[in-house]
Order: sequence, then structure tokens, then C-alpha cells
Amino acid sequence: MTAELLIEQFLNGLQFGFMLFLMSAGLTLIFGVMGLINLAHGSLYMIGAFSAAATFAFFNSFWLSLLASFSCAAIVGIVVEKTIIRKLYNRDHLDQVLVTFALILFFSELVRWIFGAFPLYLDVPELLNGSIEVFSGIYYSKYRLFIIFVGLIIAVFLFFLIGKTNLGIQIRAGQHDREMISALGVDISKLYTLLFGIGAALAGLAGALIGTIQSVEVGMGEPILILAFVIIVIGGIGSIKGAFIASLLVGLVDTIGRFLIPSVLQTVTNPSDAMSVGSAIGSMLIYILMAIILILKPTGLYGKQLS
Amino acid sequence: MMSEKNISYISLVSIFLIAIFSEYFNEPYLITLLSRIIIFSIAAIGLNLVLGFGNLISFGHAAFFGLGGYVSGILAIHAFNSELLISWPFLFNGSNNSIIIWLFTILFCSLLALLVGALSLRTSGVYFIMITLAFAQMLYYFAISWPSYGGEDGFSIYVRSTLFGINTMKGLNFFFICFFWLLIILFITSKVVNSPFGLALRATRFNLTRVRSVGINPFRIQLIAFVLSGAITGIAGSLYVDLNRFVSPSLLSWQMSGEFIVFILIGGLGRIYGPLIGAAFFVAFEQFFGSYTEHWQIFLGIIIISTVLFAKGGIIGFMLKYQKNE
Repeated sequence: MTAELLIEQFLNGLQFGFMLFLMSAGLTLIFGVMGLINLAHGSLYMIGAFSAAATFAFFNSFWLSLLASFSCAAIVGIVVEKTIIRKLYNRDHLDQVLVTFALILFFSELVRWIFGAFPLYLDVPELLNGSIEVFSGIYYSKYRLFIIFVGLIIAVFLFFLIGKTNLGIQIRAGQHDREMISALGVDISKLYTLLFGIGAALAGLAGALIGTIQSVEVGMGEPILILAFVIIVIGGIGSIKGAFIASLLVGLVDTIGRFLIPSVLQTVTNPSDAMSVGSAIGSMLIYILMAIILILKPTGLYGKQLS
Repeated sequence: MMSEKNISYISLVSIFLIAIFSEYFNEPYLITLLSRIIIFSIAAIGLNLVLGFGNLISFGHAAFFGLGGYVSGILAIHAFNSELLISWPFLFNGSNNSIIIWLFTILFCSLLALLVGALSLRTSGVYFIMITLAFAQMLYYFAISWPSYGGEDGFSIYVRSTLFGINTMKGLNFFFICFFWLLIILFITSKVVNSPFGLALRATRFNLTRVRSVGINPFRIQLIAFVLSGAITGIAGSLYVDLNRFVSPSLLSWQMSGEFIVFILIGGLGRIYGPLIGAAFFVAFEQFFGSYTEHWQIFLGIIIISTVLFAKGGIIGFMLKYQKNE
């Protein structure tokens, strides 16, 4: 095992972590402010990826397809919020889980109906093709660096939005006391729609960015949705800072764990056993991490006390 | 007079009669469907015990369903191939005897439920939903990446397990076994729910402080219910694998957990027979719409959304309300 490989895995983990942050930021805000568990967040991710793929097929432009990804996801998100989701804010968790589960069934099947069952592909643009020297002698994919860069910009943007703007004050106030801020004259329903739209846009963007590396297919959203849930639970539900730290933690632990555990096991047992046991443990690692954190701190790293 | 009890008895008797008639008219596929309905409802009855009566929203009951399935499948495949399963503390080749398979299923699923419950019940609300989901995902990914038992592809077990020399490969006989299990499980759940223990469990969903103040430890009550619930869902998994003679990681998938919740919701939350009605509706719906379009899940999604938003109380609740209005 070489240091170059380890650094590459580290960067992969970082890139994965930033994408997970795009997903989990929206999810944690929506939960923190509206008290809504949104399982359909993964569908918005998928919708973003498919809109990007369709746009790409028509115009053959990566940048246009990125634009399409977050705008389409935001539009779908806003429509769903206005028609269905808003009826759920005062319902219990079970109803929210059921309705958003049903939304997944609906959107997955609808997308399969429109686009068929075969995966679609997005091409990396010329500008971001190939690799670049990051340190002396270590090359890394330009596109993956671009993803890290986008994730970083969005993280800064979100921290600024939440911490410094008027909207951010309303969001933070909404997390603490919904009734009070509507009493103070903030149009709470507009705020909810806006917030849901922002969350949807971020998910859609993540879908297009990841869809370019992997394939764009029905059901792509659910694995990443579950990771995003793991993240917001680890980070503490409602905390954007917690989501950020947990995203990077999960991204790194998952990527490096899958890579390191088999090679570590190889030193104690034969290679084929080490490979199979190692990959099995590697894929369970973040869930083990989540279980440990919840046992030590039942409300997550930055969570509020259970009420 | 339509009461919850009557609706339940009618549905049990009609399932039984449909099975007999299907045999008479030589419709083996229908018998398989009925067995599936029963197995799904057993799984959901298990979940309903904690979800409907204890308000513990477990989004990871596929873990028990899948574990039950894998335990049964592994015992059966080793017996079939006469392959050594364990060599210590005694030599064991697996078994294709249903009784032994069920005992092992109950044992393993209870242990898993004890572990998952003891850890998850430290949290509540949305954290509980997520941590149960995480445990199920953990098993799912383990099953996928563990190559000894088929990994992502799963494995076939060729023959069903045997019980007292009954020919279980015959659809109707296997249906009777499932039906018998359903009766046992319904009997146990109604006894449990109506016992002082069940009363305490139902009390935990309203006010933990009050439960504590009368000297009951809510954690213990919830944990016992969780273990019982896991064991019941595990039995369903065991029967499901026997029905299909196939084990796959999809038993453990989170969609499975979601569907169990949907069965309960469609039937009516917190009603002992709710899951049976819900599962019957679900399977019938799938068959009916599935024959018209492969995209039937679109309509399923719409139905679930409308049920939750406009018809709380599920089918049983709706029928009872309709009765009242008349």
C-alpha cells in the first residue's frame, strides 16, 4: 500500500463527503425547521440526475444540464411541497414516513415509465476531463476536484445564508419556535416552500454531479438517501454544522474503510477471506459508527436535547 | 352487524375458503398468492405489535424478516448438500425439519431483536426510526457483500422443509401450515395486547412519565415487545423463504420494511387483524394493476398518499365509520 493510493482514497472520501453534504443539508434543514422526515429527498436527487441526462441528450452541454438538474428538482420540490408535503407538517412521524415512502414509489415508477429501465450516462466536459497534479507526483481527477470545489462553495454559501442573512435568522428562529415567528409576521408557509425548494435544488445538483461519475438510473437516490439519514442522525438533526462534519466523517470512513479493512485483514488471514470479510465489514462500517455515536450521544454530535 | 371482530373472522374464513376452492378448480397460483398474503400479514402483525400498540416506529423490521429467511435458508441448504455447518461444539449439518428451522429462527431473531432493541430504545422519535433503519441496512450490506451465501444474487434451496411427513411441496399443504401459523400468531398477539403487559405497552405510547410513576419500567416493556415482535416477523421470513425456495438480500431491503408499515396502515393501525386486511389488499392490488401495467406502483403511491391524507384508520376504520354513518 502506497501513500499515493492512500491520499487518493482520502480525496475520494472528501469528494463523497461533500456530495453527501449537499443531500444532508437540505434534509436536516427541512427536518429542523418543518419537523418533517422526507424520505422522498432521494427522489429529488434522482430527478435532478435525470433532468441533467435528458438536457445533456438534447443540448450536449454539461453546464446546461447542471443548470437543469437543480432547477427541475427545485420546481418538482416546490410543487410537491405545495400539494402534498404541507399537509404533513402537523402530522406524526408515521404519516410522514408513509407519504414520503409513497412518493418514492410514485416518482421511481414515473421516471421508469418516461425514461425506461436502462441507465443513462452523462459525460464529463472537456474542461474537467483528465487528471491534474495535486501534490508533487500525485495526480487526481479534475472532475472530482471540481465536485469538492462545488461542495465547498455551497457549504460556504449555506453557512453564510443561515448565519448572516435575514432568511437565515428566520430559519433559525423557525427551528426554535414556529408559532412565535409566524406571530411576528413572517409568512411561515412561504418560508417552508422556499426552504423545501432550496433542499430540493441541492439534492438535484448532487444527483447530476454524482450521476456523471456513476450512472443515472431509477433507484439511485435511495442508497444515498439512507446515507444522508445516517449523517443527519450522527450530526444531530437540524444542525447544519453537524451535517457538515458528519458528511465528511461518513464520506471518509466509508471510502477509506472499504479500502483499508481488506488490506489490514490480509496481514492476519488469507487474501480471499480478507477480501470477502473485509468488504462486508467495510460496507457496514458507517452503520456501526452511527450506532456507536447514538449509544454514546442519543441526540447526535450537535443535536438538541430530546424533548 | 359489522364489528372489527366480524370483519376479521369473515376475512379469515374467506381466505381459507378461497384456498380450498382454488385447489378444487386447480388454480395453484392463487394458493401461492394466498400463502404470500398470510406470510406478509404475519410479518406485519409482528411489526404492528410495537408500531401499532407501542408507537415504536421501527423502519427496520426487514432485518428480522431477512434474518429469519437466511437462518432457514442456510439450515436447509446445508442439509440438502450434507455440508458441515458448524463443527464445534458438536457436528451440525443443518436441518430440513421445519420444527428445528423454526426454533432456530425464533432463537436468532429474538437475539437480534434483543440487541437492536436494547440499543435503539435508548433513543426515541425520529432517531428511533433512523437507527432501526440503520441496523437493517447493516445486515443488508453484510448479506450483499458476504459471498458464502450467494452475496447479491442470493441462493436457491430446492426443496421445502418437512413437517411430520406432510408433502409441503404441494401448495395447499404449505398454505395450511402458513394458515396455522397465522392463527397461532393472531392468538398470541391478541392475548398479549389484552393482557396487563399489553395495557402497559399501550400506555407507553401516551405518557412515559405516568407509566414510570405507577412503578412500571417502560424500557423493559418496550424491549420485551420488541423481541416478541422480531421473533414473529422472523417466522414470517422463514415461511417466505420456504414458499419461494429462494433466499435473497432483498428480504433485508428497506423497501421491505416500508411495505410492512404500508400493510399496517392500509389495514388500520393498532388493530390486531389490520395487517391481514392490509396485506390482502396490497397483494390483490399488485396482481390486479400489475396485470394491466408494469408501472402499478404509481397507483400504489397515489393510494397510500390518499389513505394517509384523507382516510386515516385504514380499511377497517373506514368500514366501521361507514357503518356508523348509516
